[in-house]
Amino acid sequence: MDYETTVGLEVHAQLLTKSKMFCRCSADYADAAPNTHVCPVCLGMPGVLPVINQRAVEYVVMTALALNCTIPEYCKFDRKNYPYPDLMKGYQISQYDAPLGVRGRLDIEVEGQKKRIGITRVHLEEDVAKLTHRSIPGEGSYSLVDVNRAGVPLMEVVSEPDMHSPEEARQYLMKLRTILQFLGVSSGNMEEGSFRCDANISIRPFGSTDSGVKVEVKNMNSFRAVYHALEYEEQRQRRVIEERGRLVQETRGWVEEGGVTVSQRSKEYAHDYRYFPEPDLPPITCSRQWVEEIRSRLPELPDARQDRLMAQYGLSHYDASLLTTSKAMADYSEACVKLNAEVQVEKRAKAVSNWISGEFTRLLHATDIQISDSKVSPEHLVEMLDLIDEGTLSGAAAKTVFEEMFHSGKRAKEIIAEEGLTQISDAEEMKEIVARVVAANAQAVADFKKGKEAALTFLVGQVMRQTKGRANPTVVNKLLKEKLEESA
Amino acid sequence: MKLSREEVVHIALLARLGLSEEELEKFRGQLSNILENFEVLQQVDTTDVPPTAYPIPLENVLRKDEASPSLAQSEILANAPREEEGCFRVKAVLE
Repeated sequence: MDYETTVGLEVHAQLLTKSKMFCRCSADYADAAPNTHVCPVCLGMPGVLPVINQRAVEYVVMTALALNCTIPEYCKFDRKNYPYPDLMKGYQISQYDAPLGVRGRLDIEVEGQKKRIGITRVHLEEDVAKLTHRSIPGEGSYSLVDVNRAGVPLMEVVSEPDMHSPEEARQYLMKLRTILQFLGVSSGNMEEGSFRCDANISIRPFGSTDSGVKVEVKNMNSFRAVYHALEYEEQRQRRVIEERGRLVQETRGWVEEGGVTVSQRSKEYAHDYRYFPEPDLPPITCSRQWVEEIRSRLPELPDARQDRLMAQYGLSHYDASLLTTSKAMADYSEACVKLNAEVQVEKRAKAVSNWISGEFTRLLHATDIQISDSKVSPEHLVEMLDLIDEGTLSGAAAKTVFEEMFHSGKRAKEIIAEEGLTQISDAEEMKEIVARVVAANAQAVADFKKGKEAALTFLVGQVMRQTKGRANPTVVNKLLKEKLEESA
Repeated sequence: MKLSREEVVHIALLARLGLSEEELEKFRGQLSNILENFEVLQQVDTTDVPPTAYPIPLENVLRKDEASPSLAQSEILANAPREEEGCFRVKAVLE
């Protein structure tokens, strides 16, 4: 039987505020010793009062507007009660029935098709303490609590169950993260836990109106993990239905090492959060004027930027969408294009795009460096492109030069001088090298004459090798053909 | 309205209270009394009254996003029954 998959996602993103959600402790706890960004409010000591961080509210409203949500006039905070030591107060301050944003949408693109995903709500809450579980032989197991993270502003974005494949879920997450980064409200770093995702997934026979049994999947720490966990769940649910007829509604955790999800049924009773309005925090009224003021301050968002890159620089849809996967990358490429006003804009934009999405991205991934932290500045890249354009540097040698620039931070000119990588422009010198290669590869020459085109590619490769990539392949091609024809 | 014994057991569990049989019965009576008092309030017709979460007419009490120093780790851990590596040490909790 054919099944249809339905996925809804809940994303939690830490907001990039200076201070915590309800107190003035620093929210930047990344390198801090345990329990050094903590105050009586974080600990929920008797008599303390929380006060709402204005910037956190603004960030959530910005996000909600970017996701085309409605901002209700009246919003409030609620207490979500549950007994777990990651909450010092015994409850989490969250938003229950009056969130900051409702009914939005996010457009994604999957296999060239545009798809609209509904956003149910966007709300604001506080992050919880970090627990580390320990087990010592003879002493049993226990947990350590570090309260630094507790109280950091956390935004939750809940989607409608509008996604129907792991790939759609991944595209949604990447798009959402890019939007948060463009807005500057969250780092969106999934590995470091500042951007987290839980998924609800169910399957049902194609065409069925039955909604299926929903399984919640947690513990996915990368986009890859989300994709694989959902792929695994699709198959597992199908297997269970076919073998046993029905699924259980449950929460499952993704286990990266094994590539499987496992049941997390530890709670014997259903959640009973007993939400009620937070008595310590007065409600928030979002005046229309304030909402419009925030809307007018929204920066250019990924979709708009992509359209502009296409219109202004003549980039293809494909190139523009690659460059707008991160704000840093889009900023970097635009900076490059603007640096040399004398080159034709479209040609330069294409070259910049090719380098950034190709060699540059490959090296960034391999070294786990962000483009904004790279030793290659836009000025350095443009200088190299200018050297290629004026014929000093061949495209092939440029790869070597760029890699060296990337690792050492040296400028292209320096590297070319040090390694003698100037493109050979002397026609006589080139002809000599070509003649040598032809003489040394009798077999390939014979093959070419029998009509084997591949033999020519081989000979070009030999010349490039002899010249350490300092030759211009187009010129080599031409010279080789001339040489081969003259000896025919 | 009289609470059932099971309801009291559930409430005690949520509040992490271990109650003896006697206490269960005692609190069952007391909690039921409280609920009965609220039943008196429920007789008021509130059809046209919007729900109110806050009795004080305050709204938009916000502060600027400014950080200031936190307390010292030693002060934070002063009340910890047990500490280890700068953390509160608690009984094992499972996800």
